[in-house]
Amino acid sequence: MSKITQMQSDRFGSFGGRYVPETLVGALDEVAVAYAEASGDESFQDELKRLNTSFVGRPTPLYHAERLGGAAGNRDVWLKREDLNHTGAHKINNTIGQALLAGRMGKRRIIAETGAGQHGVATATACALFDLECVVYMGEEDVKRQALNVYRMQLLGAEVRPVNSGTRTLKDATNEAIRDWVTNVDSTHYIIGSVVGPDPFPRMVRDFQSIIGREAREQFLECLGRLPASVVACVGGGSNAMGMFHPFVYDESVELVGVEAGGSGIESGQHSASLAAGTPGVLHGSLSYLLQDSDGQVLPAHSVSAGLDYPGVGPEHSHLKDMGRVRYTFATDEQALGAFHKLSELEGIIPALETAHAIAYVLEHGASVSGPILVCLSGRGDKDVSHVAEVEGRGGFF
Amino acid sequence: MKASAIRSVFAAVQEEGRAALIPYVTAGHPVGDSTATVLQALADSGADLIELGVPFSDPLADGPTIQGSSFSSLQNGTTVEDVLAELKTFRAERTTPVVLFTYLNPVLHYGLEDFLSDATECGASGLLLTDLPVGADCEVERTVAESPLDFIRLVAPTTRAERVPEIAENGSGFLYYISRAGVTGARSQLRESLSDEVAALRSQVGLPVAVGFGISTPEQAREVGRASDGVVIGSALVRIMDESGVEAGARFVARLRAALD
Ligand SMILES: Cc1ncc(COP(=O)(O)O)c(C=O)c1O
Repeated sequence: MSKITQMQSDRFGSFGGRYVPETLVGALDEVAVAYAEASGDESFQDELKRLNTSFVGRPTPLYHAERLGGAAGNRDVWLKREDLNHTGAHKINNTIGQALLAGRMGKRRIIAETGAGQHGVATATACALFDLECVVYMGEEDVKRQALNVYRMQLLGAEVRPVNSGTRTLKDATNEAIRDWVTNVDSTHYIIGSVVGPDPFPRMVRDFQSIIGREAREQFLECLGRLPASVVACVGGGSNAMGMFHPFVYDESVELVGVEAGGSGIESGQHSASLAAGTPGVLHGSLSYLLQDSDGQVLPAHSVSAGLDYPGVGPEHSHLKDMGRVRYTFATDEQALGAFHKLSELEGIIPALETAHAIAYVLEHGASVSGPILVCLSGRGDKDVSHVAEVEGRGGFF
Repeated sequence: MKASAIRSVFAAVQEEGRAALIPYVTAGHPVGDSTATVLQALADSGADLIELGVPFSDPLADGPTIQGSSFSSLQNGTTVEDVLAELKTFRAERTTPVVLFTYLNPVLHYGLEDFLSDATECGASGLLLTDLPVGADCEVERTVAESPLDFIRLVAPTTRAERVPEIAENGSGFLYYISRAGVTGARSQLRESLSDEVAALRSQVGLPVAVGFGISTPEQAREVGRASDGVVIGSALVRIMDESGVEAGARFVARLRAALD
């Protein structure tokens, strides 16, 4: 076999890569080149910074959650308030960056996948801002669970296309978005919503999200004069966690903890804990930990939160797991629902159900951490209020 | 070069002055028919080469028809082992070469080297992995290339010209030209520039060039067959077998073959 030229930087250890149909290879090269140029272009960085400040509302505050700390048995629990971003979650950090990039590449049509609808809303928002056409794929199951966000996307001028193939959740919405991209690759940029997919998406989304960790690290040093002992974030695809962890990776004293969705419990098989219970495999263009059966078929994930309901995870997390740098654990649906109520009652902050998994971990394990804990409060829970009421037998509202 | 059953087929049809007919079916579909029987029906209706899809849960290069066939096949419990067993049964009866068409994950999970040796033993002649473009994974690609199977690589209309020689060098058997940017699925119209693109590709590479994605009628097959070395018919056939059964599918294949002769 003759020599093949392979990009080496498209991997994290052995994970990641570009396992895509040939039709997309050129488009991925184009995105990678455009992103490299933008990264080194001061005017791009200035524009991103300007929008992060004036439109998104950054920097987000670091908040000392004393009553939550009291309940957790650790008086130093600090929340990085990504819920206070415009549109209510960290997702917009990525969509503004990628929409700017799409503009540079001359792409006027944007597609996205969404689970909870937060990434869809953030994408639709960026598209309204930059006057781009926007199509969002969303599993039929999630369209039902997150009706409020569907309407928000429509208000913002996006077209929401329900996906009824496979498990009708985030995984299938992602398949459908990739199919759209393969078909309309000349006109379209795909704003992927997490640190997943083929290279360069995992590293690009991480970079756009790393503003979370950079700000938090600086704020922590400023407020406490030290680094946190432990940094906690929920992990779906892994973008809020990657953005939070990345600037701390070389701070050896800082423990990093990723909390996946344990669903009804790992032993039940009804969960989304790819890192805790999966094995390496290829899905959506990269090699990473994956929930799969004995024949290499992808297993349906389960979580009460639509945004964590995904059988894969970003490849950099797989690498950090295998290196032992990040510890991955999980919280069950029940624990997350408990934490959803607790944070609302104790702090006056209704968290997203996704985020509630990270809070659940802190409530459970906060006392055993000797030192301050930094938690990524990735999003607010307005979108989940109706769903939680329904799950708890009080009927939905929307 | 490998002693390739696939290359022999292309040499033979070239002698006859026509393009090879390459029907695609998904293993385990239609549910209730044995795949070995389906393959025999295709072989007996004039298929020169057969693409056999090993179903995957997340077929992101496929349109609704092949997605549906994969889904129902998997729902019915089809495993990679089942597919290889059916292939073996077919191979005992007919010589028509078979290319396994699938995604990387089921193959990796089976164990790449085991898959390659079991597929060879069961009578496969080639392997096509839709989500493994040239350069994506040198180690996997080298292992496939060193196996007795032909490694069928794809070229798309979006493939940059300078990539084509690299793809051709790293493929064997034939090159698969994707007729349009998009997923698999029947289309009523082919792109006007298709023949020119195929002609340009053929003049550039030393492998036969087959064209697929969207070809759905005997007329289209004839048109594409004039410009290429082989014509792949997938979704249109899968749909006919889904709606009207294997015999109807076989009759469709016979009509396609008549259009190429
Ligand atoms: C608030 C919030 N947090 C977390 C997630 C999970 O995504 P990721 O793991 O990429 O941060 C989502 C996804 O929708 C979300 O809306």
